Amino acid sequence: MKTKYLFPLGAVAVAATLPSVGFAQDEAAVAVDNAFIFNTLLFLIGGFLVFWMAAGFAMLEAGLVRSKNVTMQLTKNMALFAIASIMYWMVGYGIMYPAEWLVEGWLGPFFAFADLGGDPAVDVGYATGSDFFFQLMFCATTASIVSGTLAERIKLWPFLIFVVVLTGFIYPIEASWQWGGGWLAEAGFSDFAGSTLVHAAGGFAALAGAIILGPRLGKFGKDGKVNPMPGSNLALATLGTFVLWLGWFGFNGGSQLALGTEADANAVAIIFANTNMAAAAGAIAALILTQVLYGKVDLTMVLNGALAGLVSITAGPLDPSLFGALWIGAVGGIIVVLTVPMLDKMKIDDVVGAIPVHLIAGFWGTLAVPFYTEGTNFVTQIMGFAAIGGFVFVTSLVVWVIIKSVMGLRPSEEDEIAGLDVSELGMEAYPDFTKG
Amino acid sequence: MKLIIAAIKPFKLEEVREALTSIGVRGMMVTEIKGFGSQSGHTEIYRGAEYAVNFVPKIKLELVVADGMADQVVETIQTTAKTDKIGDGKIFVLDVNSAVRVRTGETNDDAL
Repeated sequence: MKTKYLFPLGAVAVAATLPSVGFAQDEAAVAVDNAFIFNTLLFLIGGFLVFWMAAGFAMLEAGLVRSKNVTMQLTKNMALFAIASIMYWMVGYGIMYPAEWLVEGWLGPFFAFADLGGDPAVDVGYATGSDFFFQLMFCATTASIVSGTLAERIKLWPFLIFVVVLTGFIYPIEASWQWGGGWLAEAGFSDFAGSTLVHAAGGFAALAGAIILGPRLGKFGKDGKVNPMPGSNLALATLGTFVLWLGWFGFNGGSQLALGTEADANAVAIIFANTNMAAAAGAIAALILTQVLYGKVDLTMVLNGALAGLVSITAGPLDPSLFGALWIGAVGGIIVVLTVPMLDKMKIDDVVGAIPVHLIAGFWGTLAVPFYTEGTNFVTQIMGFAAIGGFVFVTSLVVWVIIKSVMGLRPSEEDEIAGLDVSELGMEAYPDFTKG
Repeated sequence: MKLIIAAIKPFKLEEVREALTSIGVRGMMVTEIKGFGSQSGHTEIYRGAEYAVNFVPKIKLELVVADGMADQVVETIQTTAKTDKIGDGKIFVLDVNSAVRVRTGETNDDAL
């Protein structure tokens, strides 16, 4: 061996022995709880992936509304996320994970401002902050669902006031019944990552809003005529869908809530694969079905189909086989293609198809759980869906009605026709004649 | 002076521009438009609902030339832009009262 290698090799050899020289007596004291670290890591990574879904919703919605309403849609998405973050700290987290129930199993304490504590909660198994962070994102996702349905004819501030109530109270209360260890969890209801708790809940809040708000001007004509209002930017809508798809790996994968063992890591891997499969199957189902029904593939339905597939697998992404994820996701895609026109017939104007994707596919996803998850049954699944759905729908309806009577929900007809961008915000998304 | 307005198929623009500049045309204005003539519309479906698409994308050319050049310009546009299919477009010729070059203030034929 050449002598020039001897010195560096020698240095490495000495360094390699250092840990066992003089440090040995500290090893026991510095034993690291790897499970704690990995669990925390899963929450953090899963959490910022779900955060990224906010960008997905923003782009999807911006792309599916007309250009005169894009700025407003983006503003709603930015604002609702920020509101969710603050409300969840202020009151939501405390209601959802009660230290002490106000009404055991049903209602947690109000305004228990979330406190992440100083030291690592090693006995809990994961950092409190990571759990708070992760769960906050789910709360924000629920609110995002509502903004798509009500686009193009709702004023900004009434909408944001609804978001305050949804993220501070409605969502945390219903979610506490299951994930907070409340009465639904006791009853054996199963919703792994939130087909009902997040998606159907968001869908119900959106449905209540759509009913109270009414459709866009000119959307429904005489004799049941439906007037399409094509989106302004399908490239953004597609990008948004892919972003949501990516974020969903965190949404479902993070819901394993643990990464500290080989079994957990394996579970997260299965969840990622199943999640992807369901999205793919939903997209293909919509692709084929729109071709068959309309003679042409409808990109916006394919996008919705992928999302419906994702929602469908969200209640049970771990237990199905890949084939299971495939057919569950495919049914989600079929549901969307069939229910979008159905809502039109019912004169419910859902601009982006959020109700079919989140509410109806959310029901399907919840219902499909007993096919693969032991210890669950269809009756309990339906009961859980009905309880949460009923609660969210009724409370949302009440809140929408109150806001409508206090401050009104809709812009004037002139303002709606001119577009919310210029009438409410004075800012066009695609300004034409600017100064050079 | 004559104002020539022509609606042509969008993919023909480059060919027409080249043909016109080679016969001495020194300026023109181009706008993207939608329109219909005998090329009728059709129905499309968006998220399960039918709607009529009555307008087809075209390019509108507007150019002002000296009286003497007008006929040649019209003929050049017509022969270059035609594809023998419906929707090739139309050309109109109007009289122009006056013209001014913004930079120098020259008028009429000197402005062209």
